[in-house]
Amino acid sequence: MDRVKAQLILENGAKFTGLAFGDIHDVVGEVVFTTGMTGYQETLTDPSFAGQIVTMTYPLIGNYGLNFEDMESKKPALRGFIVRECCDYPNNFRSEMDLDGFLKQYGVMGLEGIDTRALTRIIRNYGVMNGIITTEADKLSDDEIQKRLASLDNSKIIDTVSTKEKYVIDGRKQHIAFIDMGTKSGILRDFKARGCKITVFPHDVSADEILEVNPDLVFISNGPGDPTDNPETIETVKSLVGKIKICGICMGHQIIGLALGCKTKKLKFGHHGGNHPVKNIEKNQVYITSQNHNYVVCDLPDDVEATYINVNDGTIEGIAHKSLPIQSVQFHPEASPGPIDTQAIFDDFLA
Amino acid sequence: MPKNKDIKKVLVIGSGPIVIGQAAEFDYSGTQACRAIKEEGIEVVLVNSNPATIMTDPEVADATYIEPLTVEFLEKVIALEKPDSLIAGMGGQTGLNLACELYDRKILEKYGVNVIGTSIASIKEGEDRDSFKRLMERTNQPIVESDIVTTVDDALKFASEIGYPVIVRPAYTLGGTGGGIAENEDELAEITSHGLHLSRVGQVLIEKSIKGWKEIEFEVIRDGQGNCITVCSMENVDPVGVHTGDSIVVAPAQTLADREYQMLRKAAIDIINSIEIKGGCNVQFALDPHSFNYAVIEINPRVSRSSALASKATGYPIAKIAAKIALGYNLDEILNAVTGKTYACFEPALDYCVIKIPKWPFDKFFGAKRQLGTKMMATGEIMAIGNSFEAALLKGVRSLEIKQYNLELEASKNRSTEVLKKHVQRPDDERLFDLAELLRRGYLMEKVCEITGMDPFFVKKIQKIVRMEEELKTYTIDTITPEILREYKKKGFSDKGIANLIGCGGDDVYKLRKKFNIIPVYKMVDTCAGEFEAVSPYYYSTYDESNEAVPSDHKKVLVIGSGPIRIGQGIEFDYCSVHSVMALKKFGIETIILNNNPETVSTDFDTSDRLYFEPLTEEDVLSVIELEKPDGVILQFGGQTAIKLANFLRDMKVPIYGTKPEQIDAAEDREKFDEILEELGIARPKGKAVWSIREGKSQAEALGYPLLVRPSYVLGGQGMEITHNEEELVSYLTHAFKNDNKNPVLIDRYLGGRELEVDAICDGKDVLIPGIMEHLERAGIHSGDSVSIYPPQNVSDRMKEKIIDVTKKISVALKVIGMINIQFIDFKDELYIIEVNPRSSRTVPYISKVTGIPVIEIATRIMLGETLESMGYKSGIAKESKYVAVKVPIFSTEKLPRVEVSLGPEMRSTGEVLGIGTDFKHALYKGFVAASTTIPRNHGTILATICDHDKEEFLGIAKRLAACGNRFIATGGTAAFLREHGIEVQVAKKISEGVPNVLDVIRSGMIDLIIDIPKKGNNTNSDGFKIRRAAAECSISLLTSMDTLAAMTSIVESNFTPDDVNVIAIQDVG
Repeated sequence: MDRVKAQLILENGAKFTGLAFGDIHDVVGEVVFTTGMTGYQETLTDPSFAGQIVTMTYPLIGNYGLNFEDMESKKPALRGFIVRECCDYPNNFRSEMDLDGFLKQYGVMGLEGIDTRALTRIIRNYGVMNGIITTEADKLSDDEIQKRLASLDNSKIIDTVSTKEKYVIDGRKQHIAFIDMGTKSGILRDFKARGCKITVFPHDVSADEILEVNPDLVFISNGPGDPTDNPETIETVKSLVGKIKICGICMGHQIIGLALGCKTKKLKFGHHGGNHPVKNIEKNQVYITSQNHNYVVCDLPDDVEATYINVNDGTIEGIAHKSLPIQSVQFHPEASPGPIDTQAIFDDFLA
Repeated sequence: MPKNKDIKKVLVIGSGPIVIGQAAEFDYSGTQACRAIKEEGIEVVLVNSNPATIMTDPEVADATYIEPLTVEFLEKVIALEKPDSLIAGMGGQTGLNLACELYDRKILEKYGVNVIGTSIASIKEGEDRDSFKRLMERTNQPIVESDIVTTVDDALKFASEIGYPVIVRPAYTLGGTGGGIAENEDELAEITSHGLHLSRVGQVLIEKSIKGWKEIEFEVIRDGQGNCITVCSMENVDPVGVHTGDSIVVAPAQTLADREYQMLRKAAIDIINSIEIKGGCNVQFALDPHSFNYAVIEINPRVSRSSALASKATGYPIAKIAAKIALGYNLDEILNAVTGKTYACFEPALDYCVIKIPKWPFDKFFGAKRQLGTKMMATGEIMAIGNSFEAALLKGVRSLEIKQYNLELEASKNRSTEVLKKHVQRPDDERLFDLAELLRRGYLMEKVCEITGMDPFFVKKIQKIVRMEEELKTYTIDTITPEILREYKKKGFSDKGIANLIGCGGDDVYKLRKKFNIIPVYKMVDTCAGEFEAVSPYYYSTYDESNEAVPSDHKKVLVIGSGPIRIGQGIEFDYCSVHSVMALKKFGIETIILNNNPETVSTDFDTSDRLYFEPLTEEDVLSVIELEKPDGVILQFGGQTAIKLANFLRDMKVPIYGTKPEQIDAAEDREKFDEILEELGIARPKGKAVWSIREGKSQAEALGYPLLVRPSYVLGGQGMEITHNEEELVSYLTHAFKNDNKNPVLIDRYLGGRELEVDAICDGKDVLIPGIMEHLERAGIHSGDSVSIYPPQNVSDRMKEKIIDVTKKISVALKVIGMINIQFIDFKDELYIIEVNPRSSRTVPYISKVTGIPVIEIATRIMLGETLESMGYKSGIAKESKYVAVKVPIFSTEKLPRVEVSLGPEMRSTGEVLGIGTDFKHALYKGFVAASTTIPRNHGTILATICDHDKEEFLGIAKRLAACGNRFIATGGTAAFLREHGIEVQVAKKISEGVPNVLDVIRSGMIDLIIDIPKKGNNTNSDGFKIRRAAAECSISLLTSMDTLAAMTSIVESNFTPDDVNVIAIQDVG
């Protein structure tokens, strides 16, 4: 059977032709790449990729199949998935599905067989941009393509991945008020493993609602998009400052930063992968971390200090309030996917 | 922490001669380490007995000692140089063991030398079985459960604890004799009882079987601050059971989900943290394919073959970083030289697939047992990079230089399915092709996985290639479309590989490709999967659209490397390639290297200006040339691998620097070369090609015995023998014509004279001879396996004049531009030529170092148009050194079951050591010590078996050895002969005379030296062969040539000790 051809067209006009797989339909999204060599399933199901088209720089994807244990959320939130080669004969003792079948089931458009390195270099050089994957490139005029690319609006994207209703995960130890910006299940798993009781709230929860459950600490999770698109959450956190211990990861870290008076800025092409070195400034120790973000916290006010920095580009990877029990990290100590070298940060949060 | 300012002078110990299991990778790592230390303004003192290395170049260290790697000699160097620090772990296991010994014997303490980098205490934690077991217990890491038992009951008890199947390994038996796998109690009782009987110490090891588990390796680096990263993961395509050095290895690991990957990565880091490694470390795991169960197999706290592969696979220079860490730096303080932006404290991300395939020596050792197992047998390896597994594998296959361009091997096709099935179950060097053939015949893939234990991921990939091959057979050159052709090129198929399957010539496919504009592009190895812009131009080819290797418009030269290390083409050629590049760089010329050997200095990303990691086939080389358009291509430093491209490149109108292909042809073609010699009036041993036994006999009559006989179609002395009479000749010819009646046998007069050798540089007019080398053993032994002496000790001035004269005549007649190597025989005061190679040779590094003449630099400059005169060199022979240097060959035959050990016309050595002394005896003494040859003295025990032909000659030597206090053990004939002549001797039974016999005597460990002078080798049924094999397997020194023995005897008589000789820095020689 002849495979369906599909084309990726970027804002700058660059075109890549490959073969469509998964759930074949046209998609528009912000095109990013991740350099992780393992963990495609975790990447696929990471809600932080909502609204994006993700390119895997490692060429052989799908080798060990997919299973229902390594899901980072109930279903993929990304729009498109680009690989050089999609493995049609996966093997692993836990493998339950192949990549093509998985994408079909969850409605994700796949594109296979393009020069992913060339695409990565374009994103590196020109920065993150929008792109469209289409099977009807010849029928679309340039204007139509530009119109579709410009129509992309991810400002409300968190609505699609945050929980709609509050729910509780039982535990006997500390009680965490968990603001779900589109969390990876890995974070919940790590708190659960430490015996915590977790009350998970939607992203637009108010401070009062949180204080009502009388938690030991407030945690803000990872999530997709621009942190400044979440003024309600920032306000909520602002009004909690000084009243309770606050921690966060990734988007949560950025929200905390904004609530404390820091600024955020967009990186040219973000940090996506499992090989980023960050330094714990106090211990002068470097850790390899899992990262997935396009924005960073900057311009810290006097009462906030950087706790971790990125060894490669010097950007801030963690902050803490100098006098209040508030701390957060940009990278992902829960890993999944990626190195599990910084798991102790969960203990720091709970300490 | 920044650099430790207390470190001023560092001692680096090299790994010594190239042997199987310890090869060029340590030259690469060691050179990198020395340079990393030197560039910090710290003095480097290097000791390495191997002269063929780049690391022993005078420029690499401040003081270089090509001296024996023994504690005694190292102490002499330490006493003289007074280094303040020692870096262990740069010289393989040899270097590591020596560092430990220097520490244990308190020599480091005595001279105030600190061990920098990983400490001795840390090193020792992973060394022996017990400390390793304790370490694993402490770090909560699982290991393969095992225990030593001395009774069957204990074995049964232990097995019931760990579960069946178990492996039984008797202690101290050869090659695992008497061991086996037990599936149940009955089998275990039987095997154990047998094993206990065979074991010399009555012990067997019972080990849980993990057959079929995946074998995964991690390369880890840790600094003094405790920062720890993994550089690369690697997965063996062959499951546990085949030595990783004999496995096809892929990087990164392909079949591990993130959970398994991170589990093993964390385990590796935990172990390394626990023993506080400061530098690099390799951790090997076995992983159950059906669960998260794993076991740590071993750790190597040093640079290794795997670390070299990981460095080349990722672009991360492990040895360099390890050296910087030893100097005090932390990972986040060391810049990543590839990106120039990021730091060494990150984990490389790959966006390609790397495959390593071992290169085995079975083409040279056709009698060898080829079955792969837990002992490594490969002499070298190739690495290939592609953006799919298939592309990397196919590139890898054609990099091996086994005339194979796809997976369809003729030999496999001729095997029955049953035989193929057996072969894939008990893998040998042709397993990949047998497996492909099995799949081709429709044998079930699932079944292949079951019987081989290979992961279905890999088997499926091979099946995909096979299916593509079969599909291709339905096309012809006329029906193949651009789309189809591009698809095959994308999957890594070569033009020749395609041509063979569709039935046309490789050039037809090439032309079609050109017509369709299907040409490769080159992608960069940048450590970061494209995330950062890289500055280090290290490339591999793909058939994508976007090309990253943008050629410059500078003057540039392409140097073709020599491919994988093999018998006869070793590290020496890499030395030459690297030096040529260094010379070109000096003159501001852009340098490009094309090579596929991950172990070497030439493929270090900063050796040349641009590195292409590609197969050395006509197609792959031409593709790079078509992109780069170099001003010239240099072939003569890449051994036969590069030389054999000469005609092709000429036909493609590629400018070749140095001697022209026509002239190379003239030297290699027997008839053309004979004509030239005839014209010049230069003698060579008379000979002729014969087609029948009858013709052979009449030829023999005309020439007279002894005769040198060999098949005409092979190179490198393979199948060459000396026949002394008609019976031997007829036997040889009968066998030869039975094997192959389509080619003649060459019969030459054998001249048992003195062999001499020169490397010379010619500019077309003048000829510079750095030095003449004399072989210790008389003609008939391959030059690579002879002890070679410079300057010559027994050559008359008249003969030297003649050598110079003949060398000049031949070089000029062949219009040599650059290097030439000539081998002579001095027979009854007449000079004969036996071989001419219009290229650099094995002896170039050696002669360069001992004469101090930059041979390769001069040759390179000549290729660029300079003349000897313009560089200030006179025609003729250079002034002889005041020192004498003796090169001693090193063999790895103990690693290769059933391979002949005695010296002969076929080359068998894998490496060499050098002894440098103020006179011949001192140099030879050092050479023997460096080669670990036992010099028997003071009640030494010598086992002698001498053929009748040589008994008389032996007598005098035996008397001298006896006079030095040695005693003899001999079998029947030799014993009777010695006794008859008044030499006391103990008789050992021949093998046929029952037990205990001569083999038991050897294995008892009482013998210091074995002298076995055979009439001829290669008869695997003879007692002599078995004695020699036993010697090799028990690591007892063996001499098989009367000439080596005579020289050894003079050393025994001299009674030298290390105190009698001085260590000499190479910087003071020449």
